[in-house]
Amino acid sequence: MIEVKHINKSFPGNHVLKDFDAQFETGKVNLIIGQSGSGKSVLTKCIVGLMGIDTGEILYDGIDFSKMNRKEQISIRKQIGMLFQGSALFDSLTVEENIMFPLKMFTDMSKKEMINRANFCLERVNLEGRNKLFPAECSGGMQKRIAIARAISMNPKYLFCDEPNSGLDPSTSIVVDNLIKEITHEYNMTTIVITHDMNSVIEIGETIVFIYKGESWWKGTKEEIIRTDNPEINDFVYASKFMKNLKGKLSI
Amino acid sequence: MNYVKNIGKYFLMMRLAFGRPERLKVYYQRTMNEIENIGLNSFGIVAILSVFMGAVISLQTASNMDSPFLPKYTIGYITRSSTILEFSPTIISLILAGKVGSNIASEIGTMRVTEQIDALEIMGVNSRSFLILPKIVAAVFFFPFLIIFSMALSLIGGYVAVTAAGLASHEEYIYGIRAFFIMSDIYYALTKTVCFAFIIVSVSSFFGYYTKGGALDVGKSSTQAVVWSSICILLTNFVLTQLILLQ
Repeated sequence: MIEVKHINKSFPGNHVLKDFDAQFETGKVNLIIGQSGSGKSVLTKCIVGLMGIDTGEILYDGIDFSKMNRKEQISIRKQIGMLFQGSALFDSLTVEENIMFPLKMFTDMSKKEMINRANFCLERVNLEGRNKLFPAECSGGMQKRIAIARAISMNPKYLFCDEPNSGLDPSTSIVVDNLIKEITHEYNMTTIVITHDMNSVIEIGETIVFIYKGESWWKGTKEEIIRTDNPEINDFVYASKFMKNLKGKLSI
Repeated sequence: MNYVKNIGKYFLMMRLAFGRPERLKVYYQRTMNEIENIGLNSFGIVAILSVFMGAVISLQTASNMDSPFLPKYTIGYITRSSTILEFSPTIISLILAGKVGSNIASEIGTMRVTEQIDALEIMGVNSRSFLILPKIVAAVFFFPFLIIFSMALSLIGGYVAVTAAGLASHEEYIYGIRAFFIMSDIYYALTKTVCFAFIIVSVSSFFGYYTKGGALDVGKSSTQAVVWSSICILLTNFVLTQLILLQ
């Protein structure tokens, strides 16, 4: 479980996270949703330690990550897999080398074992046989799946996904979303997905935190978010006139 | 104030860049790749520049020798001295600051804006060390070879220009380049080269590593890397000349 307790993060002239508080459960897909500029990406970067926080605590299974020194944080980071918005695959490496990269850096596996592990991860994301392609030769959806394969290559305890379906068509988005959900349950990981895509919310959201102007505005499940009367959430979930009318007609 | 902050950031970055490598074998492979990228791939441009640089130095020296009392071997002597002491180590390093520096800044800058550096950090890799250290080792190791190569080609360029134009004979030019030679000039040139190699890689890496924004900002970082590397090379050149040559 990851707990975020009353964290604050400011930049000069901009208080981005205001006393943010949330819990992310193990074995579940935990969503952080909110409008663009609401502080979702800053929150993720703070949780994984890419940015420091001003005040508050970030606990990984009860261990205070925010108070750790760099070396101790690295030991936690080795248990984290992350899927970035733009996939962040290494351009100069092939698909197989990308997946083998963390294994090469941190394990004593032989080359054969690493290739086997890479093949296993590629099969898991339905990309078997694509080992020798370079990221530039892969489609956006494939790149996301390769990034997932790389993220799970070290059997992480925690998985972070920053807008995993940005730039993908709706059907590919669902493939990626379902893959994240399946992997989370299969490996009993604590998964945090940052998104503003309502399809994802309905498809994979098990617990949801709505972030509004840097505050943890609302927490609940996907069933609850559809029925809530909270005006800020309704403006986000039913953003278009069409959706607002639909909600009225169906009297959800 | 911003300059002071950036100087502090630079030294903090360098401290982490010299951190303990996670896996020596991977760093060794990366260093070999960088020797190819930074060093071997620069041979072409260094060769062309050096030949013409040597030719121009010798022709200009010859054209300025008005006094009949000056022996012809002076052309070879001045060509050698200016090539070894200044032109090869400094001018070639300035050219390499343009070629290698912009390459490094844009490579690392692109990695920054496409979140590849964040990906390295999340994995637990010391991204500064992983990206910068092999480049520094490769440049510091290989640039002296490039400069020695440049010195040789520059002298050959001077020879061809002078003898083809009939400004001095083969014997006069060869005598000139061998006259009053002191080995410490080479040590001085190579010391400068090693310092310049370190400056080019570290300054360019700094601008690449702290790139913010998108493609346009990668271009800006690349330009800044070349400008600041060149300025640092010129300043260091002045200081090293004072320290080494005038002692």
